[in-house]
Amino acid sequence: MTDRSEGRPAGAGAPARRAAPRGGRRRGSLFGFGLGDWLLAAFLVPTAILMLMPFVWMVSTSLKSAGAVFEYPPTFIPDPFRWDNYTRLFQVLPFARFFLNSVFVAGTVTLLGVTTSAMAAYAFARLRFPGRDALFLGYLGTLMIPAQVVIIPNFILLRTVGWIDTYQALILPAAFSAFGTFLLRQYFLTIPNELEDAAVVDGATHWQIFTRVILPLSGPALSALAIFTFLFNWNSFLYPLVVTSSVRMSTLTVGLNTLQGQYNTAWTLLMAGSVLALLPVLTVFMFAQRYFIKGITMTGIGGR
Amino acid sequence: MAVDVRARTIAPRHTIGRLRRRTAWTAYGFLLPNLLGFLVFTFFPVLAALLISFTSWDLLRPPTWVGLANYQRLVEDPIFHRVLRNTVLYVLGTVPVQMLLALLVAMALNRRIPGRLFFRTAYFMPVVASTVAVALVWRWIFHADFGLLNSALYMLGVNDPPNWLSSTRWALPAIVIMSIWQQIGFSMVLFLAGLQAVPAHLYEAAKIDGANGWHRFRFVTVPMLSSTTFFVLVISVINSFQVFDQAFIMTEGGPANATNTLVFNIYRYAFQFFQMGYATAMAWVLFAIIFVVTVVQFRYQRQWVHYD
Repeated sequence: MTDRSEGRPAGAGAPARRAAPRGGRRRGSLFGFGLGDWLLAAFLVPTAILMLMPFVWMVSTSLKSAGAVFEYPPTFIPDPFRWDNYTRLFQVLPFARFFLNSVFVAGTVTLLGVTTSAMAAYAFARLRFPGRDALFLGYLGTLMIPAQVVIIPNFILLRTVGWIDTYQALILPAAFSAFGTFLLRQYFLTIPNELEDAAVVDGATHWQIFTRVILPLSGPALSALAIFTFLFNWNSFLYPLVVTSSVRMSTLTVGLNTLQGQYNTAWTLLMAGSVLALLPVLTVFMFAQRYFIKGITMTGIGGR
Repeated sequence: MAVDVRARTIAPRHTIGRLRRRTAWTAYGFLLPNLLGFLVFTFFPVLAALLISFTSWDLLRPPTWVGLANYQRLVEDPIFHRVLRNTVLYVLGTVPVQMLLALLVAMALNRRIPGRLFFRTAYFMPVVASTVAVALVWRWIFHADFGLLNSALYMLGVNDPPNWLSSTRWALPAIVIMSIWQQIGFSMVLFLAGLQAVPAHLYEAAKIDGANGWHRFRFVTVPMLSSTTFFVLVISVINSFQVFDQAFIMTEGGPANATNTLVFNIYRYAFQFFQMGYATAMAWVLFAIIFVVTVVQFRYQRQWVHYD
């Protein structure tokens, strides 16, 4: 299993740590004091089932007939399977459009955000210029200010320039986070200077050093930032709710809210919509779990 | 160029100056796209928000300066008091339970057990899921008459289970339960990384000294994990104070403000009542709370956090 290496600081010998508080398989215990393996299972299995239950229930409900939803006792296997709940979803609201909006907005924000943050981070980490420390302090100073403080002036600004309900409004204010620049600057600082000195001797420009030396060495930080920027914007709700007003410009989360507003108790439809919103992210997560988890332990982002 | 003797001493300095200036221009070039976005959409809005909080502004007429009136109104507003209370109760209900469960799960998974990857996936899935989508299914699970939870309680012999989301008493606990479920995985991953970084020789040394399992947990795991615990605590508290999606989707802050949280109330005043000044003042109070709580946590960390 490769996942044991996560979050391990480089340094001390790995073999020593492998044995961590395992407490021995035969005596197997939670704290090491003789609780059996069965106790561990008695804790892990039911809680894991509870964790998965909402997802199972979501999928199950999304495939039931409208009447079967209200049966007692509840059943998990729909009978009959109503796949047409999903086709109906696309008829009542433009879910394909929501989907594309979410992909486009989250994708563009990620691309813009990671690229410009990486460039700015290079300037902060590697170049000397007047005003550098003051500017960086400005970035740092806003890190602790919650998004809710900024959202009101931003809304007023977007409204003044007539951008409410446009892609610019969904993308631009979300794309330039101080956090990304800060994160990448910290990472770039850990890359030894010697590598660039060699490039400088060879007459490389800063752009060449940035693209050929720094970026290739920053894969983990860049991918963590990209994954969580995308995830955050895919799941983002308050911001797109505020800056959009039409169904046409809705992202998936806002579209789900509209669906709830129109079909407040149409549980099969609501659950089908939820499944649709979760499916892409959960699928990617299944295949790239390692990167998600590495990203969290490296940066501490991704929590709610 | 004047006399050649001088030229030789001046020229290098001149070149260095030019190089410096060129580097500076290059630096601004690298900085510009991000800096521009940062200034327009973060830095100036923060300054503007300070000013807005001292005005009364409905976006129809120009803003009028009202001084500290918005902040005074907050002090006297019973709904705002309720909102503060709800938010604090939410944080107190969610963070400790979530962290404790996450620690237990992390310790259980920090061993070679069959299906380890499966378990980790199960606990972590809610973290990547959209809160809006999972809040919808939890609204359905908490449904008073046909919800999965009350059906289960009914089968267990509970004859009058709570009305959860439509009950002023149980709506906030319901949202707390949902949030605990959603956040365990995040803390678990960090705890797991922390546990894996504890050197095994410490446990072995403790064993040799005759420490039993509880002692090893108390005197090796807890102190060695304290920096992770501190980090998880700070992040979880900051995030929890900003709860919005759940309250919006599951209850719309109701019934009777029972689940009205700080951010939900900011949303209502700003984008439903268009009282920009008052809403912005609330947002600053949110910032002040987060700031103070975080500073206090950093201040007191010396007493229990152990860095090696």
